[in-house]
Amino acid sequence: MNKRQINNILIWFSAIILIILIMTPGLWVVLTAFRPQVDVMAKPAVWIPRNLNLIQFETMLFGGSEGSMGRSPIPVLSYLRNSLIISFTSTFIAVLVGTIGGYGFARHNFKHKNKYFLLIMLTRTIPGISLSLPIFIIFSKIGLIDTHIGIILVFVALNIPFTIWLTDGFFRQIPRAMSEVAMTDGCTKLQAFWHIELPLSRSGIASAGIFAFLISWNEYALVSNLARSTDSKTLTVGLMDFTAQFTINWPGMCALAVFIIIPALILTFMVQKHLVTGLTFGGVKG
Amino acid sequence: MRKFLNGPWVLLMPTLIILTCVVLLPLLLSLWTSFTPFKLTKPDTLYRFVGFRNYERLIGDFDFWIAFGRTVLFLAIALNLELVFGLGIALLINKITYGQRTLRTLMMFPMMFSPILVGFQWKYIFNDNIGLMNNFLREFGVIQPIPWLVDGILANISIMAAEIWSSTSVFAILLLAGLLGIPKDPIEAAKVDGCNSWQVFKNITLPFLMPFVFIAMTIRSLDVARAYDIVQMMTGGGPAKRTELLWTLISRTGYVDAKMGMANAMSYISIFLSIAFTFFFFYKLVEARQRLSYE
Repeated sequence: MNKRQINNILIWFSAIILIILIMTPGLWVVLTAFRPQVDVMAKPAVWIPRNLNLIQFETMLFGGSEGSMGRSPIPVLSYLRNSLIISFTSTFIAVLVGTIGGYGFARHNFKHKNKYFLLIMLTRTIPGISLSLPIFIIFSKIGLIDTHIGIILVFVALNIPFTIWLTDGFFRQIPRAMSEVAMTDGCTKLQAFWHIELPLSRSGIASAGIFAFLISWNEYALVSNLARSTDSKTLTVGLMDFTAQFTINWPGMCALAVFIIIPALILTFMVQKHLVTGLTFGGVKG
Repeated sequence: MRKFLNGPWVLLMPTLIILTCVVLLPLLLSLWTSFTPFKLTKPDTLYRFVGFRNYERLIGDFDFWIAFGRTVLFLAIALNLELVFGLGIALLINKITYGQRTLRTLMMFPMMFSPILVGFQWKYIFNDNIGLMNNFLREFGVIQPIPWLVDGILANISIMAAEIWSSTSVFAILLLAGLLGIPKDPIEAAKVDGCNSWQVFKNITLPFLMPFVFIAMTIRSLDVARAYDIVQMMTGGGPAKRTELLWTLISRTGYVDAKMGMANAMSYISIFLSIAFTFFFFYKLVEARQRLSYE
C-alpha cells in the first residue's frame, strides 16, 4: 500500500465517524418514536429494536386507541393548526415586504445605503427573549396576547431582514441592462420588474420564503411568552409542555419531535443550494 | 411626489414601518421600563421613574454577573470550537471527490433542527436514567449512571455539546463554499516553488477563507441567543442556577418573578452584548474583504 492509499483510507475513515456523530442523535429520536415504552425504559438497553409500532402517532393524532398510554395529554392538532396558520401567513407577508425592500436596496443608490442595510440587519440581532418583554407589555395592553395576529406580526418583523439580505443578493446577480433595455422599449419600471426581474429571481425568492417559513416554524423564545393557550400555542411550545409533565413519556415526545422535524427536513433539502450562494454572495462581492 | 415614487424610499417604506412598530417602538418602551420599578402585578409602577436604580442594583448583583460571565465564556468557547471543527470538516470534505455532494447534504442535517428540538434531543441523550450516553457507557462497565444534567460542570458541558452539534455545520458549509471557490493557480505555483502543504494553507488558503470565516461568524452572532431555547429545554437554567445564561435569567426575572423593570435593564445589557458581537465580526468581514481585493 502506498502513501496515497493510506491517505485515502484515513480520509474516508474520518468522514464515516463524522457522519455517525452528526446523524446518531437525530436518528435515535426518530427510532424511539416507533418503539414501545418498555423497550425504551429497559435496562440493560435494548439496542436492536424487537418490535416497532405507530401507537405514539395514533395517540397523538387521534386521541389514543386501546392498549396505548391513553389520551394524548397535548392537543397536538390545535398546535399544528396554529403552527401552520402562523408560519404560512407570516412568511407570505415577510416575503412580500422583504422582496420589495431587497429590490430597493439592489437597484437604488442612496445616501448611507450601507448604514441602513446594517441597521435593518441589527434588528435581527436583538435576542428574542429581550424583545419579548416590551412586546408582552404592549400586547397585553391592546389585547393581542395569545392571538394569531400578534404572533404573525412579530414573525414578519423577525423575517424581513433576512429576506432582504437574500433577495438583495439575488437581484444584484441580474444585470441591470436587462430591465433598462425593456424600459427603452416602452416598459414602465413596474412592468420591467414584473416581467423580467421577478421571474429571474424566482428561485431566490422561493428559498428566502422557505427560510422564513423555517424560522417561524422553529421559533420558541417569543411564542412561548406571547402564547398562553391552545388558541395560539405552536408545536415547539407544545413539545416544551410535554417535558414539563410529571411522568415523561419519551416515545410520545419523540413522536411529536418527528412531527416537527419532517416539514423542516423536506424544505431544507429543497433550498440548500440557494441558501449557500445567497448568503455568501452578498458577503464576498461587497 | 413623482420623485418619491421613483426613488428607493417607497420600496423601503413597508419594511421601515413594520420594523419601527414591532422592534423600534418596543425597544423604546423597554428602555423606559428599565428606568422604572415596573412589576406585572402592579401596573401603576410603569409610570414611576427611578433613574438608574435598576442598573445600579445589577452592578452589585452577584447572580447577574455570574450569568453574564458564563454567557460570554460559553459563547467564546462554543464559537471557537465550532469554527475549528467546521474548518476541519470543510477541509476534509474538500479532499473527497467521490460523493462530495452527498456528504455536504448530510452535513446540513443539524441545521434543520430547531433549537428546541436540539435541546430535547440532547436532553434525551444525556438523561441519566435511559439516555443514550449512559446506556452506551453501561455496555463498557460504567454501571453507576452519570448525572449529566444535574452536576454543574457536566451540565454546562452537555449544553455546550448540544450547541456545537447544532451550529458547527453552519461553519462547515460556508467554509466549504469558500474552499471550492479558491483559484487553483496560486496553489500550484506555490507547490512548484517548493512550499509544503502547511505553508500553502497558511499563506494562500487561510487568507482567502477569512471573509467566509467572518460571514459565518456574523451569521452566527445574529442568532447566538438561540442558546436560550436549548438551555431552557435541557435544564431550564438549573440545577440551582448552575447553567443560568443571561437570557434564561432575563426570562425568569421578567415572567416568573414579574420584575419587568429589572428584566428590561438586564435585556438592554444583553442587546448591547449581541450588537457588539455582530458589529465586531461585520467590521472584521469588511476589513478582510478589502485586504483580499488589494492583493
